[in-house]
Amino acid sequence: MSRPVSYNVKVKPLESDISMAEMPEGHQGEGFFATSFDKVIGLARKNSIWPLPFATSCCGIEFMATMGSHYDLGRFGAERVGFSPRQCDLLMVMGTIAKKMGPVVKQVYLQMAEPRWVIAVGACASSGGIFDTYSVLQGIDQIVPVDVYVPGCPPRPEAILDGFMRIQDLVGKESLRRRNSEKYKELLESYGIQ
Amino acid sequence: MALTNDIVKQKLTEKFGEQVTNFIEPYGLLTFEAPKELNLKVLNFLYDDEELKFRFLTDLCAVHYPDQKGRELAVVYHLHNMQDNIRVRFKVVTDINQPDVYTATGLFSSANWMERETYDFFGVNFIGHPNLKRILNVDEMEYFPLRKEYPLEDQVRIDKDDEMFGRG
Amino acid sequence: MTEHHIKLPEGSIEKTTTTLNLGPTHPATHGVFQNILELDGERIVSAEQTVGYIHRAFEKIAERRPLYQITPLTDRLNYCSAPLNNMGWHLSCEKLLGIKTPKRVDYLRVIIMELARISDHLICNSIVGVDAGAYTGFLYVMQYRELIYEIYEEVCGSRLTTNIGRIGGFERNFNDIAFQKLEKFLREYPDVLKEFENLFQRNRIFMERTIGTGAISAERALNYGFTGPNLRATGVDYDVRVQSPYCSYEDFDFLIPVGTTGDNYDRWLVRNQEMWQSLRIIEQAYQKVQEFKGADAEVYHADVPEYYLPPKEDVYTKMEALIWHFKIIMGEVAMPAGEVYHSIEAANGELGFYLISDGGRTPYRLHFRRPCFIYYQAYEELTKGSMLSDAIITMSSLNLIAGEMDA
Repeated sequence: MSRPVSYNVKVKPLESDISMAEMPEGHQGEGFFATSFDKVIGLARKNSIWPLPFATSCCGIEFMATMGSHYDLGRFGAERVGFSPRQCDLLMVMGTIAKKMGPVVKQVYLQMAEPRWVIAVGACASSGGIFDTYSVLQGIDQIVPVDVYVPGCPPRPEAILDGFMRIQDLVGKESLRRRNSEKYKELLESYGIQ
Repeated sequence: MALTNDIVKQKLTEKFGEQVTNFIEPYGLLTFEAPKELNLKVLNFLYDDEELKFRFLTDLCAVHYPDQKGRELAVVYHLHNMQDNIRVRFKVVTDINQPDVYTATGLFSSANWMERETYDFFGVNFIGHPNLKRILNVDEMEYFPLRKEYPLEDQVRIDKDDEMFGRG
Repeated sequence: MTEHHIKLPEGSIEKTTTTLNLGPTHPATHGVFQNILELDGERIVSAEQTVGYIHRAFEKIAERRPLYQITPLTDRLNYCSAPLNNMGWHLSCEKLLGIKTPKRVDYLRVIIMELARISDHLICNSIVGVDAGAYTGFLYVMQYRELIYEIYEEVCGSRLTTNIGRIGGFERNFNDIAFQKLEKFLREYPDVLKEFENLFQRNRIFMERTIGTGAISAERALNYGFTGPNLRATGVDYDVRVQSPYCSYEDFDFLIPVGTTGDNYDRWLVRNQEMWQSLRIIEQAYQKVQEFKGADAEVYHADVPEYYLPPKEDVYTKMEALIWHFKIIMGEVAMPAGEVYHSIEAANGELGFYLISDGGRTPYRLHFRRPCFIYYQAYEELTKGSMLSDAIITMSSLNLIAGEMDA
């Protein structure tokens, strides 16, 4: 039986031509605006993340669809994807990581400079997915610390964008001292990273 | 006269006599077996003969039968004659304690990686192979995973509880 | 002057070539495989390939699962065209079980398979463009891949790893919206393909980069086990759809494009022409499906009670349906013993399924004959003596999908 076609036919008019980010709270007067560093730096960082797509399998193809014009990732500031870990902020691990590939992921993570974030896209990167076998690493959090997990097999592009927006929240709210704190050092020690 | 399964069978028995055995035709594909010492001779005969012309190696794999003592590992070649559209399946059986089979890489270059994969999964030692090492698994692995005695899951993982998955 | 304590590896002063690791992480979403190249300046002297970075042990997993639970595994072989693999697997199971599907099911399957072929060739051709530096073509065609994904969604609910179809047919009939979307695709896509073609086909830069590079002769290609567009680009017109037709392909009228030299340009052209031919097949199949009227138009699966779930009304009212439902869900249906090898023309070549069953509920051995694994061996021969930039384009024009290579 057929149901009525449910395309989105109501066109919402744009509120303005440019969409502006929200101003952080602070004290302003004539010709000056005072706020705290981490708010401004967080705002700048979160709207210009440079991701490193570490695409291994099927989730990589959904990432390609996310980068395409239909579900544009460039709207969120991540237009420039880089493949050199030295220049990127966000490691997007998409797809199954086999035990043979584990050292490669760790090496790439180590080559990234602080502050760095990791997003595990898909069921295989989060926990091994449907492949509970001798050759598949059951989740990349066995080897690198992960910030956001996006479930799905593969996750829809909207889900990948949602995960990306959560990373943006984390980036925007991060304290400037976090990377030097004791707790963070302990976290890295538990993964064997100095 | 078009090439049929019967003609192939007849030519093989003419050339090799009693050594090619076990002719069956499951789902229309002629299958036969020969001792492992003769595998290159049979492959070369099927390649060179002007009427048979099986010049394409479609697939090479192995099967493990732990219950047939002395004949545990079977290496299976699928050959294809593209011009007359006939396929044939050729099996070679070997003992698991001495799994030596002659390599087909001299005749078909595509056998190179397929034999490496068979070695990686089952431990079949191909004599004369240029580069017989593991291809899909990690190089340090000590066992041959697709043999029936080894389990599918990694036994050292800590977070997946077998009880919850119905396997405990 | 202080002494310099730089330790050089053995033999590195005498060595005249550079070792470059074109490692598992690629700057192009090809997949994970590694090439260790020996370079003399820009020329490649030798190449060694390492694969297995995404080995997921499909063949061992399949020994644990009943037949219909293996379909999600076949999705993840060549994930750019998952429905092709699904259909191939269903055809192999039907060969083992001796099931004959009705014509309407065959025609619907052909539509899905050819759509999957188009989506795979689109990725391959546009990524060849991206690797040569032309990103625009990729963005144009991704929009139309989204349309194909929408058609899959109407039939099975999922975009990429579709698990589409069941043993004997489909899980639900194609509804009107699916046919509307298919018509929209058939209307709009030919213009887009023409525009995409115009970007590359007679483009001087693209031609100079791809003609003559990565060439292979037909004899060497056959020896290396090439099949599919890579083999057809060398001049051999081997296509499983024509030679051993499956799924009613003999009812359709289409051509097989063949190249001459087997270089990168020929492979691009063969894939491009195959997309036009696939469009022809889809139009013919759609017309044939429209011809079924009345009760015939409601047929979407063969009558296989042992493997196809009965409708829910019957499960709640009839005893046999309840028993079959229970047996199928618990996976306790025994297969006939036997061994079968069935192959289909997947987007990369001949994808074969070698299934041995011993009469139990799961296969005794399942082996996938994966075209990418077999023709990647030839990469060294294709690139020896060429320059590094040509090697990159050769790698992407071969359409290597890591999921299929490692299985």
